[in-house]
Amino acid sequence: MILPLLVIVPVIGGVLCYLAGLRGGTAPRGLALATLLFDAILLIPLTAAHPAGSWIAHFEAPWIPSLGISLRFDLDGLSLLLLWLTLLLGIASVLISWREITHRTGAYHLCLLSTTAGVLGVFIATDLFLFFFLWELMLVPMYFLIAVWGHERRMHAAIKFFLFTQGSGLLMLVAILALAFLHQRATGELTFNYFALLGTPMSRSSSMLLMLGFFIAFAVKLPVVPVHGWLPDTHTQAPTAGSVLLAGILLKTGAYGLIRFTVPLFPEAAHRFAPVAMALGVLGILYGALLAIAQNDMKRLVAYSSISHLGFVLVGVFAWNTLALQGVVVQMIAHGISTGALFILVGALQDRMHTRDMREMGGLWQTLPRLSGTFLFFAVASLGLPGLGNFVGEFLILLGAWHAAPWAAVLSATGLVMAAIYALLLMQRTFFGRPVKQRRLADLSARHRGVMAAMVAGLVGLGVIPQPVLNLAAPALGQLVQGEAR
Amino acid sequence: MSAAQTIGKAIGTDGLRLLTPLLVLSAGCVLVMLQIAWRRSNTLSAWLAGLVLLASLLLLPYGTSGPRQVTPMLLFDSYFVFTAILVLLSSLAVAVFAHAYLSRLGSGPSDEFYLLLLIATLGAVVMLASDHFISFFLGLETLSVALLGLIGYPRHRPLAAEAAMKYLVLAGSSSAFLLFGIALLYAVSGTLAFAASSVMPSALPHPGLYRLVALALIVTGIGFKLSVVPFHMWAPDVYEGAPAPVGAFIAVVSKLSVFTVLVRYFLAEPGNASHATNVAVALFAVLSMLVGNVLALTQDNLKRLLAYSSIAHLGYLLVAFLAAGRFGLQASSYYLAAYAVTTVGAFGAISLLSSGGEVADEGALAEWRGLFWRRPALASALSLMLLSLAGIPPTMGFIAKAFILVAGVDRLLVLPVTALVLGSIIGLYYYLRVIVVLLSPLPSGAGSAEQEEERPQRLARLPLGGVLALGGLCVLLVGLGAWPQALLPTLVGAAPRATQARAATRSVVLHLAEDRP
Repeated sequence: MILPLLVIVPVIGGVLCYLAGLRGGTAPRGLALATLLFDAILLIPLTAAHPAGSWIAHFEAPWIPSLGISLRFDLDGLSLLLLWLTLLLGIASVLISWREITHRTGAYHLCLLSTTAGVLGVFIATDLFLFFFLWELMLVPMYFLIAVWGHERRMHAAIKFFLFTQGSGLLMLVAILALAFLHQRATGELTFNYFALLGTPMSRSSSMLLMLGFFIAFAVKLPVVPVHGWLPDTHTQAPTAGSVLLAGILLKTGAYGLIRFTVPLFPEAAHRFAPVAMALGVLGILYGALLAIAQNDMKRLVAYSSISHLGFVLVGVFAWNTLALQGVVVQMIAHGISTGALFILVGALQDRMHTRDMREMGGLWQTLPRLSGTFLFFAVASLGLPGLGNFVGEFLILLGAWHAAPWAAVLSATGLVMAAIYALLLMQRTFFGRPVKQRRLADLSARHRGVMAAMVAGLVGLGVIPQPVLNLAAPALGQLVQGEAR
Repeated sequence: MSAAQTIGKAIGTDGLRLLTPLLVLSAGCVLVMLQIAWRRSNTLSAWLAGLVLLASLLLLPYGTSGPRQVTPMLLFDSYFVFTAILVLLSSLAVAVFAHAYLSRLGSGPSDEFYLLLLIATLGAVVMLASDHFISFFLGLETLSVALLGLIGYPRHRPLAAEAAMKYLVLAGSSSAFLLFGIALLYAVSGTLAFAASSVMPSALPHPGLYRLVALALIVTGIGFKLSVVPFHMWAPDVYEGAPAPVGAFIAVVSKLSVFTVLVRYFLAEPGNASHATNVAVALFAVLSMLVGNVLALTQDNLKRLLAYSSIAHLGYLLVAFLAAGRFGLQASSYYLAAYAVTTVGAFGAISLLSSGGEVADEGALAEWRGLFWRRPALASALSLMLLSLAGIPPTMGFIAKAFILVAGVDRLLVLPVTALVLGSIIGLYYYLRVIVVLLSPLPSGAGSAEQEEERPQRLARLPLGGVLALGGLCVLLVGLGAWPQALLPTLVGAAPRATQARAATRSVVLHLAEDRP
């Protein structure tokens, strides 16, 4: 019963925020924070549980029985980790928008919380129709977050975001339906239950087509390079919290979908497709890094670096062995924290300087020592400094990829060098060198410092002792990989 | 035995009970007419019309066991009940929206509007029950003629007059197509009943050819009425010119009833749906989805945009029609419900902000700029409707579109399903564009008293009835979208007639056919 509550609580909290916001004042912020904290408390007993198999919790209720659709949630270690990431980044988003968002706070927190609710649902839904429902549902509030509270070209960015993700989503819906009917033809039972659909017999060509239907939807979300066009614009125009949610958790739904659905549902087709997918991943790593080097806009730079980091995830998923998948999980969490933090810091800079253009910055270290120091930490985390989470993730992925396709590992590794270039360029151009203009700026507020400290701690923890995270995900990943071997 | 006695026998007492909704509607028309003669009052007429519609709604034959034919003309079954509920509720909502809309009508009294509305509804309900070309045609003409008056009702508007003229010409010509097709069918089969195509061996040399031509003409006529591409040219102009509540009526009631006839006729007898008609309908569907959505992209008038969007939606609906089978009918029924709720809601939002007394409705998108910050509730409701039209959860539109995809994928309709996906993606763009306009900041200087003075209805309080109706539609939209199971069992029961039930009524048909002089 806890699983649906996890999704419903933020929605109810969001509506309460909206109602409280009608009166004006700061009540919505506190309410939103309390809602997310309450959700996190709900999650604690599930984390402490020691289940027999890989599945920790289960919930099922009929929804549309005549089509074989039910409200079905299941939780395993992989989902659990992503739920924690979602909730913690959600809390961080609320905290950092404390001062940034001053108008229509009620509606803002409604959007923020319902996006979170949708993402939480996506990570635990095991009925394919329900999954798709939640998948689409999280887009709408995100669209409003960008369109109302975003920056100068927000409408354009919001529409682009929505078109890309919704359009590819429809492809996935068709693929889901086709899969359900194929299953029905084989067994006589119409169902959208994930576990029943695993191992549906089908011809080579149809499994490839359906696999592509799923893959494209997740590839747009991840994003994979030929379909990444929406990401830089969207990130640049979104409000800070929107960027954090986007980079931290919305992109992870794409990776999660690949791990949970694309490969397990169509193992044979995925295996045939793996070289192409890994090539796309490598392309993403190099292309993202190359474009990141060339950016003047800080937010765009971080966005392109995000594409590069998530290329590793794609390579890791399609290498499909335990090592690589462990790396993918760590990379997802580490990227969520480090990129989220970078977006928060860039947002803080933009609040102070009213620009994101690095050509107008330089020499900020003297003025903003705390902000700059924190920025340095996350920049080197992003370039993969050993001892921090990103290093563990990327290292494990490269190790796993080496077993599956050495060429992919070799090419991906060059991405690390390029990561060093753009991360250091970002530091150099913004914080070192000669100041472009002399000005007095306020350093990070206490609230920001608190959030940053927590994120630093998380990243260091993940880098030094990743084993608890790996242990938590191990049964789930073990079962996924075994399922494929079967 | 005289024909009158035969018919009297055919109706019987329980037939009379089935006919009560129609009788109440007819009596209601007379009642409103008398009331107008006695005392003119917008409010009184609106209440009277609303009560008549409600009474008719309450008297529908709920829970009837199996289809029941009353005279060879009319067939009452659960499908009739379901579609009649949609039609009557839509008419009711139109009446509610019209009440406030007409309260400031300067160019004449507003009472006859409700009279025309009742007559048009009567025609639509007759069509829903029709099992015979005669009742279909009578219903259609009743609807069209009354609709003509409704479209041109605000006489001071040149655009309304133009729209009425266009509708008149179009309704006439499409009826001519239909009539000619019906006549040819009669020549081939010797009967006008939907389900009795093979009653008489034909005396014509090439019955197949005549049938084909007849079907082509009928499908053309119906295509005009449904405004599917390539018979769609009239729709945007008429929607734009017609008063906003009437726009809702054309888009929902008139199309829904014609679509019902399409379903009834082609499912009545296996022989009715030939391969050629299916191909034609598939072509119309694909064209409507693509052309309708593409043409909607550049519209900057909300009413025109809704017109093109409704063209596209009829295309989606035809996909469900093509996939008739396990899921197709349920899908089309659910889609009809979703379409009715959404479209009435969208036009309702427009009519709440417009007034019949103005030169035109508040259709231009520029007028809607920043509505979210002026009237947040109304803007949220309209956005909800638009999201539903675009097929975004948690609205009925999402489930409806998913349902049609279920039906289409089940029957492997590759081309229509591809067009549906493409059309939906294009559609997303223009629905979002409207939401973007609603969200844009207010133009500077607007909101100042001087600027608002010329449009008093912008500052006025929204009429309570309209707000309640729109709120109810929103609740339905989200409620049935998140919990479709509340509606689905009804839809499963609401299949248009079981074929075996025909056997019982065949004798009556035969009898009348022989009665022919």
